[in-house]
Amino acid sequence: MLRHIFSRLIQSAVVLAVMSFVIYSLIGLMPGDPVDLMIAHTPGLTAEDQRRLRELHGLDQPLLGRYLAWAGNVLQGDLGYSRLQARPVLDALLPALGNSLILLVASLAVALAIALPLGVLAAMRPGSVFDTFVNMIAFAGISMPVFWLGLMLIVVFAVLLGWLPAGGVETIGGGGLADRALHLVLPVVTLAVAGTGQYVRHVRAAMIEILRQDHIRTAQAKGCSRRRIVMHHALRNAMIPVTTILALDIGAMFSGALITETVFAYPGMGKLIYDAVMGNDYNLALAGLLLATAMTLAGNLLADIAYAWLDPRISYR
Amino acid sequence: MMDGLSRRQGSPAARAIKRFRRHRLAVAGLVVILLLTLLALAAPLLEAWRGVDAEAVNLLARNASPSLAHPLGTDELGRDVLARLLRGGQVSLAVGLAAALVAAVIGTAIGLVSGYLGGRFDAVIMRLTDGVVALPLLPLLIVLAAADPAKLGLAPDLLPPEAQGVLRIVLIIALVGWTTVARLVRAATLSLKTRDFVRAAIAAGAGPGRVMRRHILPNAASPIIVATTLSVGNVILLESALSFLGLGIQPPVPSWGNMLTGALDQVWTAPSLAVWPGLMIFITVLAFNFLGDGLQDALDPRSEDH
Repeated sequence: MLRHIFSRLIQSAVVLAVMSFVIYSLIGLMPGDPVDLMIAHTPGLTAEDQRRLRELHGLDQPLLGRYLAWAGNVLQGDLGYSRLQARPVLDALLPALGNSLILLVASLAVALAIALPLGVLAAMRPGSVFDTFVNMIAFAGISMPVFWLGLMLIVVFAVLLGWLPAGGVETIGGGGLADRALHLVLPVVTLAVAGTGQYVRHVRAAMIEILRQDHIRTAQAKGCSRRRIVMHHALRNAMIPVTTILALDIGAMFSGALITETVFAYPGMGKLIYDAVMGNDYNLALAGLLLATAMTLAGNLLADIAYAWLDPRISYR
Repeated sequence: MMDGLSRRQGSPAARAIKRFRRHRLAVAGLVVILLLTLLALAAPLLEAWRGVDAEAVNLLARNASPSLAHPLGTDELGRDVLARLLRGGQVSLAVGLAAALVAAVIGTAIGLVSGYLGGRFDAVIMRLTDGVVALPLLPLLIVLAAADPAKLGLAPDLLPPEAQGVLRIVLIIALVGWTTVARLVRAATLSLKTRDFVRAAIAAGAGPGRVMRRHILPNAASPIIVATTLSVGNVILLESALSFLGLGIQPPVPSWGNMLTGALDQVWTAPSLAVWPGLMIFITVLAFNFLGDGLQDALDPRSEDH
C-alpha cells in the first residue's frame, strides 16, 4: 500500500511538472507581455529602451529557457510579484485559498446533507413517484447555469426582499462573524444546488447497485430490519464510490467556483484567477492555475487512496 | 412468457425506438430541442413580421416593461428582448452542436486508434488524456479564450470578427472536451477487437483502417451518440458561462450568456432582465440532458428488463 501511494505520488509530480509547462506556454499566449504594459505606462520609452528591458527581464529568451528560469524560482518558493495586487504572489494567494476553502466546505456540507437522504430514499423505491421527483431535482441541478442561479438569488433576496447582501465577504468596515456568515449564504446556496444535483445521482446509483447484491439478500433472509440493512449494510458500502467521486471532484469544485465567486464578488481562488487573466497579471495567473492543477491531482490521488483504504477487497500488493 | 416473447420482436432499431418512446422526458426533451431550433432558425422572419430589429438601439425606450410591441420588454439599450433571445438561441445552439460534434470526432479518432493499436502508443495517449482531465477546466478555458491568436502566427483578419468569436469558442471547448468520448471509444474498442467477428475480418485480410471503420466504429456508436448528446448541454453551459464572463461571444452579437452580463450590471435598476436568457439556457440544457438519458436507455439493450 505504501509503495503504491509512493509510486502514485511520483506519477502525480511528473504530471504536475508537464502540466506546469503547458500552463506556462498558455499564459505566454495571453496578449502582450510585461514590457508592453510598462510601455503603456511610460510612453517616452524608445525602441532601444524596449529592447534592453526585454533583455533585462529575459523576454528575448526562447520559451523553454524562460520556463526553466521561472520553474527554478518557483521551486525555491519565489512565485514572483503580483502586478494587480502590488504584493508578492504568495501573499495574494493565501487569503484567497482560505476564502475558497470556507465556501467549498460549507457548500459541500449543505449539498451532502440534502443529497445523501434523498439519494438513499430514492434508491429504496426505484421507479416510485418519490424517485421520479428526486430524479427531476437531480436533472434540474446539473442543468442549472450557476451564474443565472446566483443572479436570480441576488434579484430575489438582495434586490426585491433586501434580506441578504448581494456580494462581497463582509460589510465595508467589518461587521463581525454574523456579518460574514450572512455574506456566505447566497454563494453557498448557489454552489450547493449544483453539487446536490450531481451527488444525488451518484448516491442513488451506488445504493441501487449495492442493494442488488447477495450479502443484502443474506441480511434480509436472516431477518434484519429494513432500516438496519439500509443504514448498516448498504449505506456504508455505497459510501465507497461516493467518497471516491467526491475526492475526484475536489479540483473541479475548486475552479468551478470561479463563476459563483465572480457573480458574488467573493475573493476566492476562482475570482483571483479570473481577475489575474483579465488584468494581464501573468505571475498571479500562473500561480493560481498551477495551484488549481495541483489540487485536482491531489484529489485524484486522495480518491485512489480512499478507495483502497475503504474497500478491503482492493490490495495493491 | 408471452409478454417476453412479444417484446423481443422487431429489428434492434425498432426496439430501440420503442424503448426511447417509453422515456417520456426524453421525448419531451427532443420536442423542446426541435421547437427551439425552429424558433431560432425563424428568428429573422419573426423579426420582419413583428417589425422589430434585434440590433436596433432605441435610447428613448430603455428597460421598457412588456408591451404588445415588445412582449418581453426592452433591454438597457432599448433593444427588443424577445428578438435578441431568439438571435442568442441561434448562436448558443450552433456553438453547442458544433463544439460537441468536433469534440466527438477528435475523441472518436483518438480513442479508436489508441485502443486498437494498444501498447506504448496507447499508454502515451492515455497519460495525455489524464493530463488534460487534470487541468482545471474553467480557468483553462478563460486563459484560452483570452489568448492572442496572433501569437500562434494566425492572421488576425482571416475571418470577420463575429465569426472569429464563434469559431474560437467552438475550437477551445472541443480542444478540452474530447476526453470523455476518447475514453469511452477506447474502452469499447478494447473489448470489440478481441471479438470473433473482428478477428475473422482481420484473418480475411482487412487492414487496420478498414477494421476500425467498418467493424469497430459502428459497434461503438451507441456510447458516442449518448456522450455527444449529453455534452451538447454541457457545452451550452460552458459557452454561456464564458460569454457571461465577457470572454465568449462578444456583443453586439447576442448570446444567452452575454445578455446576462448586461443583466448583472442592471440588477438594481432592471432586475427582470436577468430572467429570460437564463431560463432559456436552463430549459435547453435540461432538454439535452433528458434526451441523452433517454438515448442511453434506448441504445442499451440490457436496459430492456427494467
